[in-house]
Amino acid sequence: MTTTLPIDQMIDTKRGMISREIFVSPEFHREELDKLFTRAWLFVGHESQIPNPGDFFVSRMGEESVILCRDTHGAVHVFLNSCRHRGMKVCRYESGNTSLFVCPYHSWSYTTDGKLQGVPLYRVLYEGQLDRADWSLIETPRLHRYKGTVWASWDPDAPDFMTYLGDAVDHLDQVLDCRDGRPGGSEVIGIHKWILPANWKFAAENFLGDTYHNPSHRSVDIIGIGPSARAGAAGRRDNEYNKGQHIWVNYPAGHGVHSVWMPEDFDYQPSYAQYPIVDEYFRHCFYERKKRLGDKARIMPFTGNLFPNTSYHGRQPRGLCVWHPHSPTETEAWRFFMVDADAPAEVKDVLRRFYMRYSGPAGMTEQDDMENWLYATKASTGTIARRYPFNYQQSLATHARGDMLPGDVNVQISEQNARNYYDVYARYLKGDGWDSLLGNGDAVRQAAE
Amino acid sequence: MSDVLDKPVRGLAWFALKQEIEDFLYMEADLLDQRLFREWLDLLAEDLVYFMPIRRNVKFGQHAEKENTRQGEGISWFDEDKWTLGKRVEQILTGVHYAEEPLSRVTHMVSNVRLLDVTPSAENPAEITVGCRFLVYQNRVEYETNTFVGRRIDTLRRQGDSWLIARREMILEQNVLMAKNLSILF
Repeated sequence: MTTTLPIDQMIDTKRGMISREIFVSPEFHREELDKLFTRAWLFVGHESQIPNPGDFFVSRMGEESVILCRDTHGAVHVFLNSCRHRGMKVCRYESGNTSLFVCPYHSWSYTTDGKLQGVPLYRVLYEGQLDRADWSLIETPRLHRYKGTVWASWDPDAPDFMTYLGDAVDHLDQVLDCRDGRPGGSEVIGIHKWILPANWKFAAENFLGDTYHNPSHRSVDIIGIGPSARAGAAGRRDNEYNKGQHIWVNYPAGHGVHSVWMPEDFDYQPSYAQYPIVDEYFRHCFYERKKRLGDKARIMPFTGNLFPNTSYHGRQPRGLCVWHPHSPTETEAWRFFMVDADAPAEVKDVLRRFYMRYSGPAGMTEQDDMENWLYATKASTGTIARRYPFNYQQSLATHARGDMLPGDVNVQISEQNARNYYDVYARYLKGDGWDSLLGNGDAVRQAAE
Repeated sequence: MSDVLDKPVRGLAWFALKQEIEDFLYMEADLLDQRLFREWLDLLAEDLVYFMPIRRNVKFGQHAEKENTRQGEGISWFDEDKWTLGKRVEQILTGVHYAEEPLSRVTHMVSNVRLLDVTPSAENPAEITVGCRFLVYQNRVEYETNTFVGRRIDTLRRQGDSWLIARREMILEQNVLMAKNLSILF
């Protein structure tokens, strides 16, 4: 199905202009839900939330409630949380363990692998007509587990997740792997869920590589809230990236990251002052990681956004965020906070306290983001405002590129990640095939190269 | 919920104390509403615990065990100490904490005040656990309005002729937070 929206006029990344319509108009919102959220790989949850058979965690994919469930045989599924009979949510608990999802409305019940089991008065009312095998819970045709994280797509033709992720995997790994470089091993220690009256793409873009918004965090930088702030350090985190080259990297499938490429001979930067055990833990992890990862240890993660709506913070703090659109101007934000599962208790405690004062609606840093996203959305809804596009020209003419890693590596603050993101976004809205969505034959990229 | 039904001995001293504590809570609310944040910080004990759990939707029978996140574990809305609250105040006073710049208009309503525990006695109280309800109204900039309603359990410690807040647990009656921020003090 093709769109009637004038997408190429609205998203002109060659000139660095993007219409405000895509952030406020109900038409774009509907198109996103129809053409983007039905196809892209979306983050659903973490296996540490469903360790045992029968465990479930109710999550979201875009506007819809889904159940992440480990069935009684141990297989992981993602189901639409809606009864096949009249649509009632079959689960309204956030998490738990069950052998059946029983719909409160007419008591149809489903096993943990999604199969319709119980239909009251089946023999009298449905025999010969209703084939239970055809009325399982609606399941995502595609699911992928990667280092504890669970991702799903509603598009049976979607490329496999690792292809979709592409070279961005090198950066996501720095979030998901143990601090000492062992693969995986993270756990989710808690989740924030909140409503923000802003378009979801403001949040995604913020993590995608918008380093330019630093001044909005001046208040925390002045007062110091980082892990060493009690020892008098200013800033909102430790300076782990000292002497590194900040890089803004984007990938053909739309992902964008802001990482730091450390010098070859980089050494541990003391951090977590006042917490000798924690400092010692990270010091130990630092050298172990360097040994294990070799040159890849030079990648230090900062933030990133995996297309379309999964963002991450790589180290201080550390976790994944998902931005679920409710409407063009309202978003439900979920943040999953992560630590190494086998970290000492004192390390986890210092981290969780830092995460809480940094992140989310009560976080001293991110409150200022939320204020920006709200009023940027509000002030873009007007008839006059919508006539004037947003400016995305940063480092368009003056781009500076690096070749230390795969992807389009930018070595000065740049909106190239965002321009690339919206190019990919436009292709989804135009209903392009997967070859195009993965950025194969990307005209903009070729021109840039 | 044993504390709901526990009936302390209610003599005149008990009612006088309850009055005194109510007065203290109203005064404290006034400090916040009048934006006297530093003066408010002076009411907090050095070892303060300031805790707002996240509430979860759980199956009947699992509420005691699973409904609220726990202090000292994992992630809550707030699980912090006086230092962190001091930082929050300091941040507001920078004048560039945009989530509170311009400042919100806030009213703290406190009601249903009950003395839940008094030690050693109402005649000679050193530490008190007091339960109440809060209704905090926040309006900021032009149209942004939030109402936070819930239960609060405070532990107060006698300090000269006044009180220090040693522990505050705020049980907000929400699951998904309906406000974009918790940028105000409870």
